[in-house]
Amino acid sequence: MRYDALIIGAGLSGLGAGIRLAQFGKRVAILEKHSVWGGLNSFYKLEGRLFDSGLHAFTNYVPRGERTRPLGKILRQLRIDHDALELGEQTWSAIRFADAELKFSNDFELLRSEIARVFPSETANFDRLVADLPDYDVLDGRRSGVWARAELTKYFREPLLVEMLMCPLCFYGSAHERDVEWEQFAILFRSLFLEGFARPAGGIRAVLDVLVKRFKAEGGEIKLRSGVRRIVIDGGEARGVELENGAVLEAEHVFSSAGRVETRRLCGAADEAADVGRLSFIEAIAVTERTPRESRFDGTAIFFNDSPRFEYARPDELVDARSGVICTPNNYATPRPLAEGMLRVTLLANYDRWTALGDEDYAREKARATELAFAAAARFAFDVRGREVFQDTFTPRTIERFTGHLGGAIYGSPRKSHDGSSGVERLSLIGTDQGLVGIVGALLSGITIANRREQQSTRTAP
Amino acid sequence: MTNDEIVLAIKDIIATIAPDEELVHLKMDVRLREQIELDSMDFLDIVMELRKRYGVQVPEQDYMELATLAGCVKYLGPKLADKPLKLASRA
Repeated sequence: MRYDALIIGAGLSGLGAGIRLAQFGKRVAILEKHSVWGGLNSFYKLEGRLFDSGLHAFTNYVPRGERTRPLGKILRQLRIDHDALELGEQTWSAIRFADAELKFSNDFELLRSEIARVFPSETANFDRLVADLPDYDVLDGRRSGVWARAELTKYFREPLLVEMLMCPLCFYGSAHERDVEWEQFAILFRSLFLEGFARPAGGIRAVLDVLVKRFKAEGGEIKLRSGVRRIVIDGGEARGVELENGAVLEAEHVFSSAGRVETRRLCGAADEAADVGRLSFIEAIAVTERTPRESRFDGTAIFFNDSPRFEYARPDELVDARSGVICTPNNYATPRPLAEGMLRVTLLANYDRWTALGDEDYAREKARATELAFAAAARFAFDVRGREVFQDTFTPRTIERFTGHLGGAIYGSPRKSHDGSSGVERLSLIGTDQGLVGIVGALLSGITIANRREQQSTRTAP
Repeated sequence: MTNDEIVLAIKDIIATIAPDEELVHLKMDVRLREQIELDSMDFLDIVMELRKRYGVQVPEQDYMELATLAGCVKYLGPKLADKPLKLASRA
């Protein structure tokens, strides 16, 4: 059995790459360890309720017809209609610190006017930042080595404004502690503020359904419960994979969304432990009878912080409840409203501490972390405590188990491979460690690397 | 395919990959990218559709030849001479 392409992982980058390769006429299979697709952005059912595992916000939202932005590009490339995603826009979101708040929405003017209200002396500087923001072509992996905090300090005199801008951008896509690379800052700034937030009416599952259907219609094959034990390498080139059940599949090219270090290990290398990402999270989810609106909260996402300086780093404790993200899927204008109220709170967490716990301690600490998360939500958004009809929390341990990301690192390794190179011939990296994040980013990652591969394969010898 | 049909064939491919674009007024000698929103990713789709529909292989080093409609006619003329036109879009 020989394939033109094998893809490790049926997450968004794997599906994006898979659809493109199948369109190019390749014989392609996606290998997925779990019994469902989605990877980092998947779904699960508990007591009859469907939960998204990662989806807070579908970032990069632009309306139908905006073809030059990433969402327009991926829809065009995958030949999927904008309407098929049934995206409902956010109401408003906010960055809330102890002494200041900046609201924003899909109308960029709101953030501008908020900056003018809270930091009047910085208005012109903010406009200058937006004008200077590199219109960074997401297909270009060059990095200048400049860091966002240092760069922002050149624009603003108010340290608080720098901290406030950093907060949502770090939480929605930095694999680095305490900072973001300048190019990544530009990508995230556009995707959060200049583009916007939306939610697919059917959650991530509906988006995945559209993609999987598309992939199969193009002739692609998905193998679920097909974990990869190792990548078969011969003469410095990937030749295929060996599955956990011992089956060997040969391929012309292998695309791995497993992560940089994870892929190296599948190749038999035991090094690079220092490249495992240090940032992991817990997420506490509450289901309530009452909707957030009935609790007088009509916002969508709150990025909060009440420490003097926003510290985006692995905490010493199990969790760091001083900052985080609060999200209410109810408050998106989707065609079909959710049946119940839902609150999701994300906090930074320490992977080593969570994995060191015994079963009893783990259950107790999970309950305690959940309390801290909901207490933070009560401070910065609304209070669900005592009203939960259902509750679930996932930890760095859960993340590692279900996504395979070492260290439970949602955003992967701080060492990215922007051109998808893996150090091994015929093996490309896609997904988180290729550097693009979010649903649209992950799809774009798979598409871009698959396109590049196709382009190279049409290159005739001189 | 005649030269006029090659233009139709290319426009039909563009209509498939970019259904929202207005293609009636496309000029022959101006780069396609300057007239409509086409990036390098879309370009790969034009090449892909040429292969799927007409079995024509365009190697990477020849992509530049397809920059304008006139270039397409010149480059694809000999390759498509004995191929019938196939229209796929609803345009």
